[in-house]
Amino acid sequence: MTDLSREDVVHVARLARLDLSDEEVELFTAQLRTVLDHAADVASLDLSHLEPSSHPIALRNVLRADEPRPSLDRDEVLAVAPAVEDHRFRVPRIGGEAT
Amino acid sequence: MTTAMAVAEAVRSGKRSAREVVDEALAAVAAGDGEYHAFLSLLPDEARAEADAVDAAVAAGGDPGPLAGVPVALKDNLCTRGAVTTCGSKILEGWRPPYDATVVEALRRAGAIALGKTNMDEFAMGSSTENSAFGPTRNPRDTGKVPGGSSGGSAAAVAAGFTPLALGSDTGGSIRQPAALCGVVGMKPTYGRVSRYGLVAFASSLDQIGPFATTVEDAALLFDVLAGYDPLDSTSLPSQAEPALAQVHDGVEGIRVGLCRDLVDGCAPDVVARVQEAADALAGAGAKVEEVSVPEFGYGLSAYYLIAPAEASSNLARYDGVRYGLRVDAEDVAAMNTATRTAGFGAEVKRRIMLGTYALSAGYYDAYYGQAQRVRTLVMQAFDRAYESYDVLLGATAPTTAFDVGAKVDDPLAMYMNDVCTIPSNLSGHPAVSVPFGTGAGGLPVGVQVLAPALQEALLFRVAQVVEAGAPS
Repeated sequence: MTDLSREDVVHVARLARLDLSDEEVELFTAQLRTVLDHAADVASLDLSHLEPSSHPIALRNVLRADEPRPSLDRDEVLAVAPAVEDHRFRVPRIGGEAT
Repeated sequence: MTTAMAVAEAVRSGKRSAREVVDEALAAVAAGDGEYHAFLSLLPDEARAEADAVDAAVAAGGDPGPLAGVPVALKDNLCTRGAVTTCGSKILEGWRPPYDATVVEALRRAGAIALGKTNMDEFAMGSSTENSAFGPTRNPRDTGKVPGGSSGGSAAAVAAGFTPLALGSDTGGSIRQPAALCGVVGMKPTYGRVSRYGLVAFASSLDQIGPFATTVEDAALLFDVLAGYDPLDSTSLPSQAEPALAQVHDGVEGIRVGLCRDLVDGCAPDVVARVQEAADALAGAGAKVEEVSVPEFGYGLSAYYLIAPAEASSNLARYDGVRYGLRVDAEDVAAMNTATRTAGFGAEVKRRIMLGTYALSAGYYDAYYGQAQRVRTLVMQAFDRAYESYDVLLGATAPTTAFDVGAKVDDPLAMYMNDVCTIPSNLSGHPAVSVPFGTGAGGLPVGVQVLAPALQEALLFRVAQVVEAGAPS
């Protein structure tokens, strides 16, 4: 059985930048426990002799000449942004005191 | 229902105009989709303009391509330049991408016409299309049932006869499972075979784009158009794909088929019976069919539901209200991020982000994510061993036929169990296809799954064609 607690769910939600209601915390705690309990079948296997696979194919780094190429048009990209100022993404203040 | 082969042939020879084909398809959607909700948006102006261009090419004696005038439905996680792409999520409601996905360009070059964008579980997370923020899709075979998911809108569009072809994406079975539940052909290519540039990412080591069609021949035709190297996708395979359509009728004489008990046992009796009949049909056509057990596949579900959420929790960090999509304003950036994500994501997406964040968090990384990656190695090695003795594997696509709308929405684990037969091929990156094979209880369609080693799509389609030919009519 997983030891996932209510406090774990609150902590993980904060890491993921999600604000959960008390009801959602209750529900997710129960549902995530069910899924993690099911995963106990793999958690208990001794697989220490196997390398982990992060990918189905062997990936290699691919290099190319560092030459400028056309990219997405800046105005088109900014046209779908929520807020723009001076050709940049505008956001609320980042930490610190309000100015 | 006309096949894509027949439509393209009629358009290329001038017997029908692409414009007429597109107008008919749009009229069929307008008349019928109120009942199914396969489409989230249509592209009538763009589709008619593209059809006129195809007709002009035909009139000028040019070759408009192998899919000339064929309407195609696109899953709404494929970027279409200037046309709304939502991923079934409130967080991308109204978003118009500034570029086309590579597969959208490939379709256009082949003469196909993008008719509209189809409904899906939000960010492709689900197996019933009930997790769409814009309401569920209904199964055209029985509107009380789900169409499967997450590409349920694409499967339904083809099953309803709105378009002969559609594109979906398959991370844990999201093409094959809805294809099975709606009674159409749905195929996942080898990982890296089809470019994912412009596919909104869910779980990057698992996602793959693939075709829906009414016949295996049509699916092979569409696969040939989609396959190819793309420098814009860093996981794209540089090797050329073997053309599948040219070999699709080559038969299965001498092909070794492993009837995989682990992809059959545990399924509903009507599904088990159809898979056995499909195996008999293959044997009757000259294949050598034997039973094989690959018990490692049994661990796939648990591994997948740790790996996919872990990757999703990272991929979906980009929805922060800064560059595109929804923003809910707040006094500082962190509060704005949180307010935006809380308002924009639905319950299943939040659940998966939570699960993935937990599986990756300090103290649990090795026990969950690391262990799941080792299980992935275990499954890949098990496939390799099976393919020493067999050319292809055969099993069920989904454990049951289509279930009732609402039956599993409150029980995530029960919903996840739908993917138990499709997940192994995502973990290994191998191609697999679901072929309709008769019906089960209540007259609902059953899908039989054929699995092949990496890059063996041509063989996969050959075997699938024989399964299709042997299916009860």
